[in-house]
Amino acid sequence: MTSKTRFLSIPYVVWMAIFVVVPIIMVVVYAFTAHDGSFTVDNFRGMTDYISVFGRSFYLALIATVLCIILGYPLALVLSREGPRLQRVFVMLIMLPMWMNFLLRTYAWMSILEDTGLLNALLTKLGLPPIKIINTSGAVVLGMVYNYLPFMVLPIYSVVSKLDRRLVEAAEDLGANPFMVFLKLIFPLSLPGVLSGITMVFVPSVSTFAISQLLGGSKNLLLGDLIEMQFLGSAYNPHLGSAIALVMMIIVVICMYVMNKFGEGEETAVVL
Amino acid sequence: MSKELIRLSGVSVAFDGEIVLDDMNIHFNDKEFLTLLGPSGCGKTTTLRIIGGFLVPTAGDVFFDNVRINNVPPHKRQVNTVFQKYALFPHLNVFENIAFGLHLVRPKLSKKEIHDRVMEMLEIVSLKGFENRSVSLLSGGQQQRVAIARALVNRPRVLLLDEPLGALDLRLRKDMQNELKRIQQAMEITFIYVTHDQEEALAMSDTVVVMNEGKIQQIGTPEDIYNEPENAFVADFIGESNIVDGFMCADKVVEIFGRKFECVDGGFAPNEPVDVVIRPEDVDIVPEKDGMLTGTVTNITFKGVHYDIIVDFKGFKWLIQSTDPSPVGAKIGIKIDPDGFHIMKKSRYSGMFGDYSSYSAEYDEIGDLEYEPSENEAELEEEMRYDF
Repeated sequence: MTSKTRFLSIPYVVWMAIFVVVPIIMVVVYAFTAHDGSFTVDNFRGMTDYISVFGRSFYLALIATVLCIILGYPLALVLSREGPRLQRVFVMLIMLPMWMNFLLRTYAWMSILEDTGLLNALLTKLGLPPIKIINTSGAVVLGMVYNYLPFMVLPIYSVVSKLDRRLVEAAEDLGANPFMVFLKLIFPLSLPGVLSGITMVFVPSVSTFAISQLLGGSKNLLLGDLIEMQFLGSAYNPHLGSAIALVMMIIVVICMYVMNKFGEGEETAVVL
Repeated sequence: MSKELIRLSGVSVAFDGEIVLDDMNIHFNDKEFLTLLGPSGCGKTTTLRIIGGFLVPTAGDVFFDNVRINNVPPHKRQVNTVFQKYALFPHLNVFENIAFGLHLVRPKLSKKEIHDRVMEMLEIVSLKGFENRSVSLLSGGQQQRVAIARALVNRPRVLLLDEPLGALDLRLRKDMQNELKRIQQAMEITFIYVTHDQEEALAMSDTVVVMNEGKIQQIGTPEDIYNEPENAFVADFIGESNIVDGFMCADKVVEIFGRKFECVDGGFAPNEPVDVVIRPEDVDIVPEKDGMLTGTVTNITFKGVHYDIIVDFKGFKWLIQSTDPSPVGAKIGIKIDPDGFHIMKKSRYSGMFGDYSSYSAEYDEIGDLEYEPSENEAELEEEMRYDF
């Protein structure tokens, strides 16, 4: 960009300064201060009580991310080989739920998974014993996978569908059977999409609070719930809430950094 | 004569009812450098893709060493391809690109053997010291060499080359022509080369196959193709030609422009109508009174080694190449030796080529511009669904 047109970016730079940089500074300030405004690290010390919440959040987000890869990768790959019309229809179907309100979708899952919900009604009809799934961590993971799967499928799809067909022919020509073509060519070339997908599924999964509240009940408290409680709930303590948010952010950034290292040589994934 | 290695027998290809290859019968000999030559859309790339295994013919059979291989997938064929625009793997460096095929060999090759063979190939294509470079940082000519090394390292029996020099500039193209010929002779394998560039085809090949509209027009040595074209299409496509209507009065006597000339061809029916090819360099300009025919110079262009002179003979314009200039408007005579007339039977191409009435000084540049990144884009799209 030439210096003459640089001024065009000023609106966004101002926007960023007000709504990104300032809030982060505020979070940092809150995290290191007590109620009276004095400097303290007590907020971080107090966090040790919540190690299990940290553990559960990252664990469930990890499981959800892995499931999204397992479900999303083959879908993206198969889709990219179909005719253009079918591809359009499928991309549309993948995106469609995202246009529906997030809470509504999750409420719908509630009514499906409830003890007396659709799923158990169906099982009973089939003469099978009902299952207890609502308010378990399984339901939380299910909610995460359902809500964030499109964010895994779409980046992978966009990378593999742009893959040069000639490269595939070149690999075949050099003696690669279909499996080897995948292993040595398609998979490595699709890694940037996978890395983007991981970021886009893992980060919102770690910080979600709606899914865990609606589907996980009180036993499956996640970091998002914990932070929300510090700002809106009974345990009002924005200083502790900020500290937790800050630590979570740092852990996420470290995770993304490590992952991008792992994919070194490829284009780096989008770090949200 | 070396033995036959590949045979296409009655091979036809049609996409959506449109015939791309029409009943092709041809064989390729072991260790020969054969070029498929023709304009865009003539079916030459399609032919190559059939041999490579990327395309199953609609009808007909493909034999390799007398074994029918119609449905053998590309990875099981003893042929390797240098693709148009190279198709190098962007996630691998030069060494890994070349080693790609070696890693797939079963039983596995030792690390040392892979290393040695890659290094040997780098030596052959003059790219020593580039092994750790990223392929995206190489020039066109270097990428070209990597593509050749990558295809040759598997020691195929046949190397298929699809317009490999098309994207290079003229100078580099000439160097690579010599290089390819040298590599082919050193490795002692069959090269099947696809190009639309007649000069390239004549310079490198043992055998040239001229194709047009999905059909073979002529198969022969470069000398045969140039000196004894079989029809007006070949005569026009290979080099420059003046093609005029004529009659064979008798053996060794041809009549054009109502005048009889001595020639060296025979074997035609009495008074059979024929196409007569006269190459521009076979015409000598002489004073008007000594000429076998007389005409008026309408255009002259300096070309370096010679002048391109356009001469009007009773409304029919000829291209004559001469080292001596003649001014526009000059009345000149011409002389042609008997072996300067080449007689062809009439064909469906008669009357379509060989008239320089619409002559433009840029004719050979136009020839160069004809290069399109991919012949038959639509045809390729058709089969380029992911079916790996």
